[in-house]
Amino acid sequence: MNKNNNIIKKTFLFAGILSLLLGCSTDEKQTVVTMTNLVMQDEFDVNGAPNSAYWGFDIGTGPNSNGWGNNELQYYTDRPENVKVLDGMLQITAKREIYLGSQYTSAKILSKGKFNQKHGRFEARIKMPWGQGLWPAFWLLGSNIDQVGWPQCGEIDIMEYRGQAPTVTNAAVHGPGYAGANAISKSYDLINQRLDTDFHIYGAEWGENYINFYIDDVLFKQITPEDVTGEWVFENPFYMILNLAVGGSYVGPPNGETSFPQIMYVDYIRVYN
Amino acid sequence: MKNQKINYLKFTFLLALLMITNVSCERDLSDDAQLSTFSKTPEVFIDGFSAGLGYGAFGGSKYTAFQVDSQVKYAGTASMRFDVPNAGDPNGDFAGGVFIDATGRDLSDYDALTFWAKASQGATINEVGFGADFGLDKYKISMKNISIATSWQKYVIPIPDASKLTREKGMFWYAEGPENGLGYSFWIDNLKYEKLGNIAHGQASILNGINKTETTFVGVNSTVDGVIATFNLGTGINQSVTITPSYLEFTSSNPSVATVNASGIVTSLSAGTSVITAKFKGVATAGSLTINCVGVFVSAPIPTRNPANVISLFSNAYTNVPVNYYNGYWAPWQTTVSNDFSVQGDDVLNYTIFNFVGIEFSNPTINATAMTGVHLDAFIPGVVAPGRQLRVIVVNFGANGVFGGGDDTRHSTTYTAPTLVSQNWISIEIPFSAMPNLGSRSNLAQLILEGGDGSVLYVDNIYFYN
Repeated sequence: MNKNNNIIKKTFLFAGILSLLLGCSTDEKQTVVTMTNLVMQDEFDVNGAPNSAYWGFDIGTGPNSNGWGNNELQYYTDRPENVKVLDGMLQITAKREIYLGSQYTSAKILSKGKFNQKHGRFEARIKMPWGQGLWPAFWLLGSNIDQVGWPQCGEIDIMEYRGQAPTVTNAAVHGPGYAGANAISKSYDLINQRLDTDFHIYGAEWGENYINFYIDDVLFKQITPEDVTGEWVFENPFYMILNLAVGGSYVGPPNGETSFPQIMYVDYIRVYN
Repeated sequence: MKNQKINYLKFTFLLALLMITNVSCERDLSDDAQLSTFSKTPEVFIDGFSAGLGYGAFGGSKYTAFQVDSQVKYAGTASMRFDVPNAGDPNGDFAGGVFIDATGRDLSDYDALTFWAKASQGATINEVGFGADFGLDKYKISMKNISIATSWQKYVIPIPDASKLTREKGMFWYAEGPENGLGYSFWIDNLKYEKLGNIAHGQASILNGINKTETTFVGVNSTVDGVIATFNLGTGINQSVTITPSYLEFTSSNPSVATVNASGIVTSLSAGTSVITAKFKGVATAGSLTINCVGVFVSAPIPTRNPANVISLFSNAYTNVPVNYYNGYWAPWQTTVSNDFSVQGDDVLNYTIFNFVGIEFSNPTINATAMTGVHLDAFIPGVVAPGRQLRVIVVNFGANGVFGGGDDTRHSTTYTAPTLVSQNWISIEIPFSAMPNLGSRSNLAQLILEGGDGSVLYVDNIYFYN
């Protein structure tokens, strides 16, 4: 029933035969992406505020004023000093400043109500900020969140990053019975490359009963209904979120060695089916 | 190791243990071959010495501290074992030495020196590094206070700027004293240079990040030191290393006032102000050195008296007798802070924030019975305020030879304008016949100067004469 697995197997077989014929190469590249029909893109080419056709803003410290449920330390704003497009990049900037009761400011943009899609490939090219306590993320939430709440709406974390672990990317899914600390997650350590000194490509390819997570040319995790300890809630449209949090339960607070401001650079967002 | 200052750097070093192994299996090069670079071999010690490697222990260390161990190892067939001696070990009370490649290697492809290490007990190794070569140590770096455990762990020494290391002889060095007086053993294995690719955000400081100001004269040298570079490793840890100024590029804002060379030595050339700054790999470092050169230093007149007629406390013209100190830092009322300098071979006592200062020479005391007076030269660079005094006090400790005991005597002589002038050496000579309150001069022990107003006083050529 897994059509895509058959395609992957055939591709591997073909690649294997090709390698034999070519002789020298021992490199077996996995097939990382299969969906190539571009549906939506934001290349962040126009200086100024993010394109309002795609993006809105979350403001503040969360509906319960508890750091968005994670004890995060930042106050999200839509000010240009925290979020802007400049020279072909989206820049989300975390600043250390006293602002409306918080010690840090940053930004969170989301395509809720503007762009959502069920299934497909969601990809972003990102360069991380640096230092203990920085927590950037590229993730998806079910667009029925206002009706059914979280985690019933489902959450797909394509990339989460801890500033104090500069070679590691983290992916996860949250749903009913497997949310928060019980999310189904996977880390991938590039070891000899850092995510804060170069751009890398982060993506998820999501189809019926599977979600594949990749970074650059490495497919590092596939999650299927067998992997989750509850209902598979990933058959609805989801919207995208890009944000840079400071502190919180996932990453811990910045320390004396964390320098501010810190910037998350996003070169593009592309969605395929 | 705690509380023990290692003076190994002050010792001239002996190469006590030289182990050079030649295990190269290469064919000989033909006579036509041209080597375009030095060897890039990254391995220093894996299961034995890499080709061309030698070892020399620091002078003053326990020469037998290092050996190759084939029983305890992280991997392969052997490791390096270091047996740190106990405090007070007559054969040397610390372990330390240098691993040298005699020809030099090209390390420019690498970004770290790594090794695995463990110890017979939890300990903190004083220093490890590379770039020490029993020579100029031009690119020496030091990583300090390395926490070592009883299980093998990997350690990373970041290379500050590998592009400088195109011919480096100093492959690795270490220095470690006992822990709380007790010796122990530690092992190092798989010591090699690597290109980890995950070290970033290097930044450096000079003068420990402080913006320092120095007053100098023409011809006086100042040093930029306290150079520290910090890197973020792939583990997310910030690792600092002490490095030499040779890794930096220096700039003098006013080169006609002061110049700075590639080693961070600043030479003052003319009166004026210049700010010395540095860059590390193109990025400005924290810290700076502001030079205020006040101009040419006029030395005190060179003494002409026959040395046979002089007992000298402080002068470059004579051999000085033992002096306990030239500034007793007598708390709590003394504000005077010494900032002595040397200009073109002439040493000068420089008393700043001067209110009073004591010079003591009581070990032994001086018998000046055969002398007829005391001489000193004084220089007031600043303004001589109205009413300003300079008092010269000579103290005799008496027959008991120590301070107090009811037998001490002293005489104070006061000087004012017009003897006190600004910007000119003042030669002061006081015959003992003019110091009746001194009485005996068989156990002279102190010379005290009083009467500063918080300003600066230079003193030179202090001696008794006849």
